[in-house]
Amino acid sequence: MPETTSDDGPAEGVQIDLISGERMTGKTSMEKIRLILDGVRDGNIVVLESGLTPDEESKLIEVTMSEINPDGFSGIEIESFPQSEASDTSLLGRLMGKQETSKLTVIGPANQIQSLHKDETLISALISRK
Amino acid sequence: MGLFAELRDSVSRVTASLFADDSEPKRIGIYGPPNAGKTTLANRIARDWTGDAVGPESHIPHETRRARRKEDVEIERNGKTVNIDIVDTPGVTTKVDYSEFLDHDMEKDEAVRRSREATEGVAEAMHWLREDVDGVIYVLDSTEDPFTQVNTMLIGIIESRELPVLILANKTDLEDSNIQRVSNAFPQHETIPLSALEGENMDEVYEKIAKYFG
Repeated sequence: MPETTSDDGPAEGVQIDLISGERMTGKTSMEKIRLILDGVRDGNIVVLESGLTPDEESKLIEVTMSEINPDGFSGIEIESFPQSEASDTSLLGRLMGKQETSKLTVIGPANQIQSLHKDETLISALISRK
Repeated sequence: MGLFAELRDSVSRVTASLFADDSEPKRIGIYGPPNAGKTTLANRIARDWTGDAVGPESHIPHETRRARRKEDVEIERNGKTVNIDIVDTPGVTTKVDYSEFLDHDMEKDEAVRRSREATEGVAEAMHWLREDVDGVIYVLDSTEDPFTQVNTMLIGIIESRELPVLILANKTDLEDSNIQRVSNAFPQHETIPLSALEGENMDEVYEKIAKYFG
């Protein structure tokens, strides 16, 4: 695809990565967190189809904190839809060791997301360029 | 987690509870977002039952940048005695920008140092939550919107670890306090209103601590 340009050179934009649940399947917690944070630190907005488990969310906060530095990365904004009861893990899923999360999650760099609002059916983000 | 792993964990929990020493204090973590009044509450509890404070309080966010523990706090209510260690934790957030501290009359070097300590403190608080606490007092500023992702995530993490949790709607002494909004945010849990600063409704808080963590 040709690169979009303006008079001042290549146009700056915001990259949005939509990551399917399938792509996350089989990854360890740290691999998922690395995938998210590498994207966010590059200035991308990462949208997860399936979200993270509570334990992974806890580790995401911890790793995010360890990577904040005054010269660039100031952390993340994260929003997800509330998990509906209908998406709770089935008995078979529990027996097979599957943990169903299924909550669309949006994660982005804190210094680029000016406003991030949600209600039960809408996540709204205002994203500034780098 | 698979069936066998769950069975193994259940057996471990039952075994641990059978051999647990009831006289051993339970570690109760005080969690919540920055500036919710966690240290004010920790100091209120510690002063009421031991005479000592836990740490300095401030209106500047991230005043508490290390988890602080006050050991062997014995709370007595309705003939029941509860022995707890209070762990006052740094306010949890997903972002820390040193420039926010510049608004509080700090030089850049001091603001950068403070923000570094704050990030370490939040990471430490998350580690305590996963590994080292037996129950949680979750403190919210009742003048602020409780429907934030950090609150939702933390309550989800606490629930997933099956830790007993008491939700406190703090700062009821302020005009904008809205206790119902806090109750509505987490209807699956009981919400207790209080003003840790003024000491309002602490009797009910102590009753609930004895009930939830005794």
